[in-house]
Parts: sequence; C-alpha cells; structure tokens
Amino acid sequence: MRTVNLSYTSREQVEVYRFSWPMSVGLPVLLVGLQAFLPVRLPFFRIFDFGLLLTIFFAVSRRSQLSGTLTGAAIGLLQDAFTHTPFGVFGIAKTLVGYGASSIGIRIDVENPGSRFLLAFFFYGVHQAVFVAIERELMGQSIHLNLGQEAGAAVANSVMAVFLFALLNRFKIRD
Amino acid sequence: MNFFSRHKNTVVLATVLLAQFLLLAMQVKRQTAEGPVRLIRLLTVSAFAPFERLLIYSGENLRGIWSNYIDLRNVRSENARLKAEAERMRLERAREQEDARQARRIQALLGFKEQWIDTTVAAQVIGTSGTESSRVLYLDKGTKDGIRADMPVITPDGVVGKVLTVYGETAQVLVINDPTSGVGATLVNSRLQGIVKGTPTGDVQLNYIMSDEAVQPGEALVTSGGDRVFPKGLPIGTAVRVSPGRNLFLDIKVKPAVDLDRLEEVLVITEQKSRAPDTAGLGPIRAADILAEHLPGVPQTMPGDASQQPSQSAPGQTAPAAGATPQAAPQKPLTAKPQTVAAAAGASAAKPPLAKPARISAGAPTAVQKPPAPKPTTPKPVTAPKSATPKPVSPNASGPKPKTTAAVQSAGANAAKPPVAKAAKTSASASTAVQKPAVPKPVTKPGSPTIVQKPPSPKSATPKPASASGVKPKPASAGGTRQP
Repeated sequence: MRTVNLSYTSREQVEVYRFSWPMSVGLPVLLVGLQAFLPVRLPFFRIFDFGLLLTIFFAVSRRSQLSGTLTGAAIGLLQDAFTHTPFGVFGIAKTLVGYGASSIGIRIDVENPGSRFLLAFFFYGVHQAVFVAIERELMGQSIHLNLGQEAGAAVANSVMAVFLFALLNRFKIRD
Repeated sequence: MNFFSRHKNTVVLATVLLAQFLLLAMQVKRQTAEGPVRLIRLLTVSAFAPFERLLIYSGENLRGIWSNYIDLRNVRSENARLKAEAERMRLERAREQEDARQARRIQALLGFKEQWIDTTVAAQVIGTSGTESSRVLYLDKGTKDGIRADMPVITPDGVVGKVLTVYGETAQVLVINDPTSGVGATLVNSRLQGIVKGTPTGDVQLNYIMSDEAVQPGEALVTSGGDRVFPKGLPIGTAVRVSPGRNLFLDIKVKPAVDLDRLEEVLVITEQKSRAPDTAGLGPIRAADILAEHLPGVPQTMPGDASQQPSQSAPGQTAPAAGATPQAAPQKPLTAKPQTVAAAAGASAAKPPLAKPARISAGAPTAVQKPPAPKPTTPKPVTAPKSATPKPVSPNASGPKPKTTAAVQSAGANAAKPPVAKAAKTSASASTAVQKPAVPKPVTKPGSPTIVQKPPSPKSATPKPASASGVKPKPASAGGTRQP
C-alpha cells in the first residue's frame, strides 16, 4: 500500500487510492450526462455541479497533482461540450480545482464528512471565481457574482458532496 | 532534465492550462467560423443524444401508460368543464374575428405587410447544458427535420429562444434567459421598444428603455420583429419590476410567458412568410376610409357646449368622402369647405374623422358602395377618455412619443378599434339621426356662424336625404381622438 506523509498535522500516513479504467471514464461520463439530462425534468438539479464534485473526489482520493490536473481538464472539457460557450472555460477552472484539491488532499484528512463538506465548499468558490474571471477577462462577458446565490449553491453542492463521496467510496481501490 | 522531473506536476499543470488557453483563444478568435471545434462538440452531443432520447422516450411511455390507463379519474367533470370553456371561447372567437377583420382592413389601408408563421416543427427537449452559466436546450430534431440555425423556438405560451447550432438529429437552442441571447421586444401598452436579454442568474431583463419613460409593472411584452428572427407579436412575458438602472436606462425585470425551466415540447418555426393582409371578403376599401386617415380632426365637443354642436355636425368633414363617391353628389350643399369649418371651430385633431364617413354611409345609403363593415360588437370607445383632453393634437400625431408611432400604426387592431367603434355608434344612430334643418337656409352655408349660434332642436328634425350627414353628435361620440 502506497502512503503519503501528512505534512502539517501529524506524522500519520494517509492512504492513496486508484480507480479502475471503466470507473475513471464511466463515472464522469455518467454524472456529466445526468447533469445535462436531469434539469429537463428536475430544474433544481441545475444548481449541482457533478463535474466539479467528481474532480474533487478523484483528486483527493488519488492524491496526485498530475492525475488531478488531467482529470479536472478532461471533465471540464466534457462539460464545455454541452454548453454554447467556447471549449476551455470549464476546462481551465476544473484543471485548477483538480490541481488544488490533489495538493490539499496530500496534506489533510479528506475522509471525514466535515472536511469533505468544507473542501467542496471551498473549491466551489474557487471554481466560480476562476470561471467568472475567465468569462470577464477572456470572453469579455459582463458577469457579476451574486454572492447570496453562489453561497447557497456552494452549500447545496457541499451537502451533495458528502453523500456522493460516500457513495463513490465503494469504487475506490486501495493502491 | 532535472528541473522537469523535480517540477513535473507544475509543468504538467502549466502545459494543460496553456493548451486550454490556446484552445480558448483560438475559438474566441474564430467564433463565427465552424471548424474542428464544432467537430468535437458534434461528437460529444451525438454520443449523448441517443441516450438522452432513450431516457426521455421511456419516461414518456411510462407516463403515457399512467395517463392513458390509470389516471382517468375526473375525466367526465373535466370534459364538462372543457365543453363550457369551448363554448365561451367560441363566442369570444366570433368577437375577435370581427376585430381581426377590422384590423386587416386598416392594415390594408396602411400598406402593412404581415408576417405569418407558415410551418412549425414540434420537437422534444432532451437535454440541457447542465450548467447555470449556459442556458441552452437540446432538441430531438435536427437538420434532417428541416431545422436550421437562427430559427425561432416557441411554445403556445410564448417565445423560448432560437436555434443556435444544428446537428443531424439534434439542435441546440439558446434560451432567452441566457446572457448572450437577445430578442427585440415591444411593450404592449406604451409601445416602447427594447431588447430582452438574460442575466447570469437566469432571469430575463428588458434593456435599453430610457429612464424617463413610464413603464408600469404588469405590462406585457411581445416580440417587435426587429431582430429578424422572431415574428412580430409573440408573447415574451410581463414586466414585473421596474427600477432606475445605470446608464440612463431602466432595469426592467421580466417574467417570461413560458416557464423556461420546465420545457418539454417546443415548436420550431421553420418558415415565415411576409404578405399583405388578406382582405378578401371584407368588402372594398372605401375612399372615405382613406381620406379619413388624412383629414384633420373636428373640434372637440364638451358636453353641454351647444355652440360647438353644429360645427361638429357640420358636414365639412364629409365632403371629401362624398366627393370621392359619385353618388354623393346630392349632398354637395352640405359639404363645402370642410377644412374651413374645422378650422373655424377651432378644431383640434382630437378626431372623429373616421366616424364621419360612417355617418354618410349610414345616412345616405346611395352614397356608399358598401354598407359599413363595423358592427356594434366592437367594444367600448377606447378613446373616449382621451377626447376630454382639451389640447389640440397634431393630425398626424399618434402619440406623444415618435418612437411609438410606427408601432401603433402597425398594430392594426389597436389603431382600428376606436374609430370603428365610433362609426358603429353613429351608424346605428343615423337612422334616428336628427336633422338640423331648423335653419334651412344656413344649412347650405356651413361656414355661417348662424348655424353655430342656433343649434337645432332634435324635435325639428326632418329626415331628408340632403341632411344625411347631419347626425346629432353625442358627447361620447364626439370625442374620438385621432388615430394614427
């Protein structure tokens, strides 16, 4: 079993996981596809960003910055394909989230539901900030963040993350 | 080499980000051209669409089983209710048909070209972008079904959006609440025009209405047709909140007529045609109608202002109409110097010029080729309140704002109603119309002040044809404002 030293809190060691190829490819495709389909019948599902949650989950489970970066880029580009905006908007945002989540995953315990909640909340904010920056600076769109709405969405995604991560834990393979 | 192995992760991150920035930059630069990027999107959409379609269809089938076989309770009562509703709507339809005929006639007079929705394709919504930032829908119809980019997408309730990209069996629709969308809109009452756009939060806003304009919450919006995508007159929504915004424009929040979050079936307008209104069966267009459009108004009559009544009933306004039809010759003595009479009486343009021809036609049947189309079914004289305004209005003015003129003119129905209503009234009353031959001599001299000073008594009326146009004006019918 491969382990990584915890650098800040203790000298405990944390476990590193991997995923089978079908899961690595199938889960993002399934969840991003569901995210595109569900709002047709259940509009409130539009608030969830399954792509983001999956990026965070893969990143903190694998605890590899390289893997987190590539996973984030792939999921982001997949999401871009469903929009009418140019490719790369979600790709860049999720690449940074994947890199950041895997970097943090190395340093803190991410198995705890509380820390997962905070992690999802934090990275949702990062994702939205990067997204808005790209839209405004690169795309020239006049987008303003509605902080109240974003905070609500961040909480909703964080709650979803706690349950979704618990479900996805079943697919983890100890490295 | 050592540097790369030591900073492998950072290098990979930088490379991936750089690649995506380049990709993004390339697309932004070539946003209008469809190149390899479109292929990527096409592949993704094509891969997902069959599954989404399958899910939708299975859901529909299950729902169909439920609704067709299980959920049949209350069908009888609903049927009765719907029958009653159908009856009511039939009556309403009859009334509206009459209004539509009036509108078409006026539109023909104005040389108005209508846009008709000729063909639509019904499509089912099978997916969305799945994100808050991109409000697009995917339909289960594509180029194979005749759908092309920029076609309007609607429901019976109103506008949904327009087709953005089309694939073989799928089409991407940009919904009106997306920040990058735009629909030309007209406020129904004030006839102000602006652009409806989405906001990042998914709301809909009407933009570019100056802050000094008066827009009331609750006012409906329809498409203006100015964007050359949507046909004119489709419902967009209702203004729900109006507040002063930045840059001299109002912030007008709009509640869409369609529930954009719960769309299942939509109609794609695949063909629109522009043609002159169909006036077949509406009768010939009378010269009186055309002339009435260009005539100055008659003076307003304040109730109880007896001195103005003769000038109102003065036949001056009827002169052109009578002159236009040869049969009107017998009326000649009554129809001299129409402009003078109006001017002498201090006529403002608050007008009932359209009513005058109707009087002729009612009172002097020989002078008209066709009995007047208007019927008493036309509702209330809408312009009655305005008639009380003592201000003279320019004969050509249709409203206070030049911006709205064209819109009002083109809105045939609105423009047609008030004068028609008035005409109907006067026509109806024409049979019992009171002559003013109490002063027989001056009748031949409409400009004579003696007529003005001596309003005839109704009882002295003698229903002679020569005085056919001498309808005793009622205060209500005298106050029509000039229509555009």
